[in-house]
Amino acid sequence: MDSIITLLGAGLLQSFEPLNLAMIFLGCLAGLFIGAMPGLGSVNGVAILLPVTFLVPPTSAIIFLAALYYGAMYGGAVSSITLGIPGASTAVATVFDGRPMAQKGKADQALMAAAIASFIGGTISVILFTGFAPPLAAFALKFGPQEEFALMLLAFATFIGLGGDDIPKTIFSILIGLVMATVGFDIISGKPRLIFFDMVDFQRGIEFLVLAIGIYGIGEMIWTLEHTKGGIQMHKVEIGFKRIVDNLRQVKQYFGTATMGSFIGFFVGTLPAAGATPAALMSYGLAKTFSKDGDSFGKGNVAGVAAPEAANNAASTGSMLPMLTLGIPGSPTTAILLGGMIIWGLRPGPLLFAESPDFVWGLIGSMYVANFVTVVLNIALIPVFIRVLAMPFSVLAPIIFILCTVGVYATTDRMFDTWLMLFLGCMGYLMRKLNYPVAPAVLAIVLGPLTEQSLRQSLIGSQGDPMTFLERPISLTVILLAVALICYPIVNSFLKRRKTVKIAE
Amino acid sequence: MKIWKALTMSAAALAMSGTAALAEWQPRKPVELIIMAGTGGGADQIARLLQGLIQKNGMSPRPFIPINKPGGSGAEALSYMKGKEGDNHTLLVALNSFYTTPLIQEELEIDVTSFAPIGRMAMDTFLLWVNAENEDITDLDSYIAAVKEKDGAWKVGGTGMGQEDSILTAMMEKELGYNVTYIPFPGGGTVAKNLVGNQVDSTVNNPSEQMEFWRAGNAKPLVQFNGERTAPFEDVPTAKELGADIEYYMQRSISGPAGMDPEAIAWYQNLFEELFNSEEWQAYCESDGLTCEQFLTGDDLSAFHEAQLKRHEELIESVGADAIMSK
Repeated sequence: MDSIITLLGAGLLQSFEPLNLAMIFLGCLAGLFIGAMPGLGSVNGVAILLPVTFLVPPTSAIIFLAALYYGAMYGGAVSSITLGIPGASTAVATVFDGRPMAQKGKADQALMAAAIASFIGGTISVILFTGFAPPLAAFALKFGPQEEFALMLLAFATFIGLGGDDIPKTIFSILIGLVMATVGFDIISGKPRLIFFDMVDFQRGIEFLVLAIGIYGIGEMIWTLEHTKGGIQMHKVEIGFKRIVDNLRQVKQYFGTATMGSFIGFFVGTLPAAGATPAALMSYGLAKTFSKDGDSFGKGNVAGVAAPEAANNAASTGSMLPMLTLGIPGSPTTAILLGGMIIWGLRPGPLLFAESPDFVWGLIGSMYVANFVTVVLNIALIPVFIRVLAMPFSVLAPIIFILCTVGVYATTDRMFDTWLMLFLGCMGYLMRKLNYPVAPAVLAIVLGPLTEQSLRQSLIGSQGDPMTFLERPISLTVILLAVALICYPIVNSFLKRRKTVKIAE
Repeated sequence: MKIWKALTMSAAALAMSGTAALAEWQPRKPVELIIMAGTGGGADQIARLLQGLIQKNGMSPRPFIPINKPGGSGAEALSYMKGKEGDNHTLLVALNSFYTTPLIQEELEIDVTSFAPIGRMAMDTFLLWVNAENEDITDLDSYIAAVKEKDGAWKVGGTGMGQEDSILTAMMEKELGYNVTYIPFPGGGTVAKNLVGNQVDSTVNNPSEQMEFWRAGNAKPLVQFNGERTAPFEDVPTAKELGADIEYYMQRSISGPAGMDPEAIAWYQNLFEELFNSEEWQAYCESDGLTCEQFLTGDDLSAFHEAQLKRHEELIESVGADAIMSK
């Protein structure tokens, strides 16, 4: 333990060197804007900024990229809250409550909650990373396809209550998402399937971001147009010192949720298969299930913003672990970090911690600092961000429309996806109009492919015997947890009903 | 003084026009580097290394952006390239599924011989790996015995049905007389992790995917499938030495889509030849067990691809497409 403290101290000192500090600041700022712009995803952002890093030593370079990645995680929440477009796929769950809060004139509260929750997530996860990186890496190795499947089951279980009371409509929404997730090449057999109308473009599948931007960006835009008739959404933009203090006081409302989200996020992030998007969705689902007023989720509950934001930041730290120790990047952005490392002659793998301690601890030290810098930057920029909402919606709607179209085109580089996004947007609007919950569809398209893959890998390995899921201790435990979660809302509502009956008597 | 300045300026202008005449075509927007496999695998590492070298040495006015399209054993990437016909800003980082996937999935109607041949960067080594905890398995014979004992339930991890590792696995089944269960994962990095975590029993990964675990003492190589022993695996016998008639390499090459402009092809061929000869690339080849003796481009590369296509056709025929596509 002593040595960890010494190493971390050295790492922190390293990140306080003027050059590294400047790199952190620049990285966070650039990341914030890249994350906030839908379409300019962190993948392109990091790739285009890679040359900058050749001007400085490797450790400073990776610090810059990590800060950028960090900043982008915060930034994703900004457009989710102010415009209702998820700026990055990891920020989808932030739209669920962030957008309604903005419409109620509480955008500053939501942004503040996102920043603080991200800070909590980032801090908790980096502490876990510092203390437990090697044992966690060993634990991640124990996660085979069976465990991954169990985890996905758990993720679905957290979402049982998400659709509200109308269970058939929730199931319908999940199924729509699953159908869309199956389109394209099947990873196991390598064959194309569910190619609608034999259109070649469907071979590549329906990208998650196309659905998310369609449903939330376009669908939400049509919905808001219908309700505001193009008027201003938020009449008074008051940003006073008092308001900020009030917002800070709110922290205790969501501190617990954010802490829970941080642990979930970090843990899910360390597993190479998953990543930040499922982590954020799971954290949201669990926060809702265990909240005292779960019904207010999706209508502008501040905990609904804090839960996914804490989780996606924690997961982004977590996903550094498989990248550094196993050489498996958990996300496209970490893949670019990996590329950077290879160029600098740093080989990720089990020996990296022992062979390049300066690099590893410099990076860890910089995560602490980057976390602090981003939260300060974010809170300072809130007044700028919420200016957006002071615009009449008749001005804002075309901007949203352009951002969505450009965002999708820039991500996938295909006109087909842009049309698909518009189609899905109209579908999303109709679903909302007919009171179908859309969140379960989004969840299904994220988790569907991972679930299917791990299920089939497990069954191939066990020669088709489903008992394989129950024979392995970790998988069994997670499955039992999932079953308990599925039963919890049912038992809970049953108990509630009995209580009300008793009171009525 | 003035004259001196004018002279240097005109000299500079001359030099510039000289370069401009040499390289009329240049990328005008970021170049997509399509990887037909998942993140963390051999092709992915190579693409990212090349991207970095290009940017670090300022070899292109526009950045190269690696994009992974691992779906359907490379079918996703190949279909994407097919759709990019005539595009000058898309390149494919290819491996052997470049040959096998179009052969196995005829319905995709992909003709890789129509793709623009840019350059062959390396021939990569295949090795048979097991988890280092398997103390009983020390060589090929003890490996065969262990596999036979499991009676078909021995789990081999790979990157997809129809991928080169599934063909090599089928070749081994046929040559060594046993049956295994083949489990696909989305990339060589994930395969390596599953071997070290004991989720699968063996793999035929390329060195770059498994080396770090070997250095850390988590995985050990039993056999290499090159014709001759290749550094840094001088202690690992080749399959042929052990009497198993298997020789198989992984090609690492770059292609453009069909219909790419000749000027663009020439520019990229030049670029990748420079990369091939760079110190950094040669150092990578040496440390990661790749053979990088000769850079192939143009007609030579087309001839190489054609020969490889034919070889894979024969291979698939001899092991049977069913052996690769089903269990």
